Amino acid sequence: MAASRPNQLFRNKSAKIAAIPMIATALVVFLGGTIWTVAHSFTSSKLLPKWDLVGLTQYERLWGTRRWLISIENLMIYGVCMLVFCFVIGFVLAALMDQKIRFENTFRAIILYPYALSFIVTGLVWQWILNPEFGLQHVIRSLGGNRPPAECEGVGLSLSCWLSGIEFDPLYNPRIAIYGILIAALWQGTGLIMVLMLAGLRGIDQEIWRASRVDGIPAWKTYLFVVIPMMRPVFVTTLVLIGAAIVKVYDLIVAQTGGGPGNATEMPAKYVYDYMFGGQNLGQGFAASTMMLLAVLIVVIPWAFMEFGRKNRG
Amino acid sequence: MEPSISIRHLDLSFGAVDVLKDLNLDIGKGEFLVLLGSSGCGKSTLLNCVAGLLDVSDGQIFISGRNVTWEEPSKRGIGMVFQSYALYPQMTVEGNLTFGLKNAGMPRAEIAERVERAARILQIEPLLKRKPAALSGGQRQRVAIGRALVRDVDVFLFDEPLSNLDAKLRTDLRAEIKELHQTLGNTMIYVTHDQIEAMTLADRIAIMRGGLILQLDSPKEIYNRPANKYVAGFIGSPSMNFFEGVVDLGGAPVFSCEAGDFDLSGYEFGAAGPQGGPAWLGIRPEHIAHGPDAAACPVRMEATVRLVEPLGSDTLARVQVGERLLWIRLDGQSSIRPGDTLTIGWHAERANLFDSATENRI
Repeated sequence: MAASRPNQLFRNKSAKIAAIPMIATALVVFLGGTIWTVAHSFTSSKLLPKWDLVGLTQYERLWGTRRWLISIENLMIYGVCMLVFCFVIGFVLAALMDQKIRFENTFRAIILYPYALSFIVTGLVWQWILNPEFGLQHVIRSLGGNRPPAECEGVGLSLSCWLSGIEFDPLYNPRIAIYGILIAALWQGTGLIMVLMLAGLRGIDQEIWRASRVDGIPAWKTYLFVVIPMMRPVFVTTLVLIGAAIVKVYDLIVAQTGGGPGNATEMPAKYVYDYMFGGQNLGQGFAASTMMLLAVLIVVIPWAFMEFGRKNRG
Repeated sequence: MEPSISIRHLDLSFGAVDVLKDLNLDIGKGEFLVLLGSSGCGKSTLLNCVAGLLDVSDGQIFISGRNVTWEEPSKRGIGMVFQSYALYPQMTVEGNLTFGLKNAGMPRAEIAERVERAARILQIEPLLKRKPAALSGGQRQRVAIGRALVRDVDVFLFDEPLSNLDAKLRTDLRAEIKELHQTLGNTMIYVTHDQIEAMTLADRIAIMRGGLILQLDSPKEIYNRPANKYVAGFIGSPSMNFFEGVVDLGGAPVFSCEAGDFDLSGYEFGAAGPQGGPAWLGIRPEHIAHGPDAAACPVRMEATVRLVEPLGSDTLARVQVGERLLWIRLDGQSSIRPGDTLTIGWHAERANLFDSATENRI
């Protein structure tokens, strides 16, 4: 007589027991916390959460706040630029690094090094570099002899006057301050992207390169039509990493500009934090963070459908 | 006949390591040359030099009478097939075949014509719209051959094209490559470490070791008259049996070793004539006669069977003569068992003698 089939629930017992803490964390902290936050965004909570439903009032107030609108606009500019430049610079650096150069390890370490620094340090360092009084602008002006404007009045074309008059103070100019943040973020982030892309390039069979040489295809065309399409999985990984870094950008802003000058470099994550813990307005913070979640979902859900929904095709 | 490919005094070194040393090779028009050797012998390196994928350190390469030593691979008039197929995975089969031609700016009509011809020859017409991932290994390698074929070149280079395939497919595709060569009549250079592929495909085999060509000859000649002990041991499976001893030319030539004195009358000495002194005697397992056939052989001895390996078509046996163990090849229906005693023997003209010091044939 055949032994009865064991209960499916008790198969691989130890594995299931080991997974329970993580499953519990995911359910309680991530899912539970999210639901709790979304629910309380419809309340009038101030210093402490309070179950006092006020409908969409918090959202109306949120979208009526100038600071929030600026934050969203900043995130858009920062996000698009960060995504494009990180990808392009990271890939180009990786492609250059893949040309069998000398001291590759040294270069790789140098370029990856900023990633080892925290955003706080990066922010401070770039705050100093971009400071007009003793940073980059000061260095360039010194090269020109630091001639006062009066001296250069009517001099016409003069290198020293041009250098002395150069202006480079992104962190003090509200119109371009967000690009000052971008420079620091790129400096810190491209190294990791380069390393990932380099690993992807190294994963390409060398014989593909040889075949394309025998076919007489120029290197740039091989990159564009053969190698880049083959690197899709690496691109997806880097996209996720860059995307997450963009949405959660907070500490860099705090360290580099504190959101200033004025509101010029405010970001949604900072808005959330300031309202929840600084402004003692939990309801407003929850509403803002719910909007951030919504924005992420709008991007992630269609992508997930495209990526995983097609699995059952032949 | 005018050579299709000439390699003159080719040197290649990576830093302090010399991979190829003063290598000379002429390959005739329409010839199928196989470069054979174990890993690291320089055979793939030589092929890559011919293809132009590696820069040579010194020497010259001519293809169809043109000095191509410093030309780009695409300008040399070669097509190449790789071990890993090296197909462009994101393109269809048709895309793979046409990518190079489109890039060279060839008219559409001519591209279509060439693809059609290549697909017909290789029987991949139904696969043209598929991507490489949807093909089997054999089909992929056919497409890779097709990519070389559409280039309409004089010379085909194969870099271990069958090594990634399973045994059955390898035999099938091997025959197809040979047929392709008979149909097209192109010059082909084929790199492999598989001696069966080399023996079956080649017009001539170049056996390489340490960046040197040890012997360049027809498969038959390489099998029957290996130029040195390495070649003798490399070709043939199981390997040739060797005895260490001395050639004695006083009176009738005799090879004496601890297993006995072997008569050498009938042995065909090399051009330098008979040469005495310490030597190796080699005899292939299939050239050792046994039982009644052995009685007619001038060299005879008693052997004890130690191990039997039936292969179906024939049977291999390891037998012991004195202290020496020899492989012999018997009929597939043989019913010998370990412990049996056999009379074995051979004719001196089947033996091979190699000088002990130089290991060259004498």
